[in-house]
Amino acid sequence: MSEPSKIVKTIASIIFPPTMVFGIYVILHGHLTPGGGFQGGAVVASAITLLLVAFGTAEIARRLKESHLSVIESIGALGFISLALLGLTATFFYNFLAGSGFIFGRIPPFGSNPGDMNTAGTLPLMNISVGLKVIAGLFAVVLVLAFVARSKGGGKR
Amino acid sequence: MIQNLPYIAVALLIIIGLYATIFKKNLIKIIMGITILESGVNLFLITLGYRKGAVAPIYTNLPEGTKVPQSLTFPVPQALTLTSIVIGVAVLALMLAIAVQIYRKYRTLDVTKIRRLRG
Amino acid sequence: MIQHLPALIIALPLLTAFLMPLIGRISPTFRKLFAFIMIFLVAIIGILLVHEVHSKGIILYTFGAPQPGETTPSSLKIPVRIIFEIDGLGAFMVIVSIILAFTAMFYALPYFKEERGLDRFYALLFLLLAGILGMELTGDMFNFFVFLEIASISASALIAFCIDRSETLEAGIKYLAISSIGALFFLLSVGLLYGEYDALNMAMLAKSISNTFIDKMALILILGALLMKAGIAPMHMWLPDAYAEASPPVTLCVIAATQASMYGLLRMIFTIFHPSIDIAFLPALIIALSLITIGIGATMTLIQNRLTRAIAFAGVAEMGYILLGVGTAMYAGIKGYGEVALEGAIFHVLNDAIDMGLLFLVAGSVYLATRELDMNNLGGLARRMRFTAITFLIALLASSGMPPMNGFASKLLIYESTYALNPILSIIAILASILMLAIFVRIFYSVFLGPELPNLRDARDPPVLMLIPMLILSILIIFLGIFPSYAIDKLVDPAVRSLIDAKGYVSAVIGGG
Repeated sequence: MSEPSKIVKTIASIIFPPTMVFGIYVILHGHLTPGGGFQGGAVVASAITLLLVAFGTAEIARRLKESHLSVIESIGALGFISLALLGLTATFFYNFLAGSGFIFGRIPPFGSNPGDMNTAGTLPLMNISVGLKVIAGLFAVVLVLAFVARSKGGGKR
Repeated sequence: MIQNLPYIAVALLIIIGLYATIFKKNLIKIIMGITILESGVNLFLITLGYRKGAVAPIYTNLPEGTKVPQSLTFPVPQALTLTSIVIGVAVLALMLAIAVQIYRKYRTLDVTKIRRLRG
Repeated sequence: MIQHLPALIIALPLLTAFLMPLIGRISPTFRKLFAFIMIFLVAIIGILLVHEVHSKGIILYTFGAPQPGETTPSSLKIPVRIIFEIDGLGAFMVIVSIILAFTAMFYALPYFKEERGLDRFYALLFLLLAGILGMELTGDMFNFFVFLEIASISASALIAFCIDRSETLEAGIKYLAISSIGALFFLLSVGLLYGEYDALNMAMLAKSISNTFIDKMALILILGALLMKAGIAPMHMWLPDAYAEASPPVTLCVIAATQASMYGLLRMIFTIFHPSIDIAFLPALIIALSLITIGIGATMTLIQNRLTRAIAFAGVAEMGYILLGVGTAMYAGIKGYGEVALEGAIFHVLNDAIDMGLLFLVAGSVYLATRELDMNNLGGLARRMRFTAITFLIALLASSGMPPMNGFASKLLIYESTYALNPILSIIAILASILMLAIFVRIFYSVFLGPELPNLRDARDPPVLMLIPMLILSILIIFLGIFPSYAIDKLVDPAVRSLIDAKGYVSAVIGGG
């Protein structure tokens, strides 16, 4: 595989920050606007994949190990399940934070308004954990498949 | 007629997907067939939730004068579609991973040549 | 805590699956211990849950509601949340899956010694268990689809786990392709039903389904999907590949997934669609498919050289027997001999699971001792592997339906009811069973009897830890064979009654009669 041109690299470095910010925005505002953990996570993972395409696998693999990704993925999934288990005072997945006044615990105002981040109870927390899992999971998939493609190109001839 | 167009597209997608999975010999094309089939089903689900002139069901951000249950699109089919997309990603990733390994072993993706398991 | 059992039985395997990559970093021994403790806990929760269902009737669990039993929110009159509904049949299937998963885990701990990525293997195994249990407990159509997909993704990853051998890859991708196409058909019919009735809840759907064209189409699609997943001819070809190529613990869990699809079939036909849908050719079609499956299974067993493949084709035939019972019950309605047929079919789900499980564990032991599965290269193992030989003898008698074993009891119920429907059917079924016995005796002879082969002199029984699961299953086979009425009274009858009482299933959720 030939080295990507300077144009690709420059555009990738310009586009990377806004894509990341947009992905994180989609994750954090999952309870207010369309989107959520999976969608935002996919955006973030695609931003990292852009780096993978522009700067090559070796550079990325040096900084990000696949085992680290699987730990992040586990942490995300565990967060999700533990939040669900914490609801067991009532039922599994019970939204125990909503309307409690604690973190994300405000009751949303009625009627048309720009939206309050500090509402919806466990939903934003779950979005964040799903987002973590999706970022790590999707990127691990891309990374592994990219490695395979590279080693195949080397071994085939 | 025009409101039935999505359903025709659904039928076409499903038929194309099934055709590709059954008749194509290349493993990657079979995987593509399954993905097309899945898009057909997803399109069907999302079409179920369509209402003419309705807006997205974000309760706090409605335009002035929206009638609350009547002129919102139906969120449940969208949630279903989203779940099905997530599952589809997982299936696709796993199938591609196995396909890559199969290519490494057999040096081909032609399913007629991969058949070691017969009878 | 007792009212949270339905949630815990899903949450615990999921939690374990996600903890595995972290636990595996500590030490491999701790990972094994953790896996064992967790499967033990899941088994205890399952038994408690079954006990609850048998003593209190249908258990409901509404996710995210203020109270587990609050199925319909006070402001609405329809169930909108995801509901788990566990009746006699669900409890029965929980027992079946837990027996299989428990023995599989027991067997897996010593079976895999130094392979890489074992934490992922255990994670997938627990994920598969969560998917199977979810399929059996859920009362929501879309949720059933999700658990179906969880089960099939993790199962195919497990089947393809040993990527050094190319056959496992082939079996894995076949399984994944078939089950994802099946699941998409299922999703399509869920969409059809949702578009028509605005409901995803099984009880709500069972109440509102009438005999329209769309309902019939949805039923056909669902049946197609679940028959594919249950390994019924003409879509049986994935089953022998998957069973034969996966490692034995995985095979046991895949058997559990297949039986869960059979459960889905029973639930969809008898609880949701049966009272109101009238498709004249359907029972006959089901019976015809089951006979073809039995025929293909029995004849293909005959020509196999590989031990696991022969057992797997016998497994295809066993699924055919279950479906024969289901088809007879559909034909006759659940009364009179139809009820007997259903009893036989449901009892045979348990028996098939145990018999096939034991056969595959024995095949795994043979492979571990000799590194060989080709029956032409095996022989005279009975002298060196006494225990394995005896358990294989028990399992072969059971799965070919011979009197002192459990397979006889359930097959007798099936023969009896099909004889009432049409004697020819039961004659075909009995003949196939006798053929299977002959084949299995030949397999037993060529693997365990005959002259001792020089290169197999150092074959030994597997370590004690692996003998325990085989012993558990053998004892179960003999116990269920000698006292079948015990199992029928305690487990099968509640399951059959819950299928007969489809109205009770509906009214538990929606209320009213």
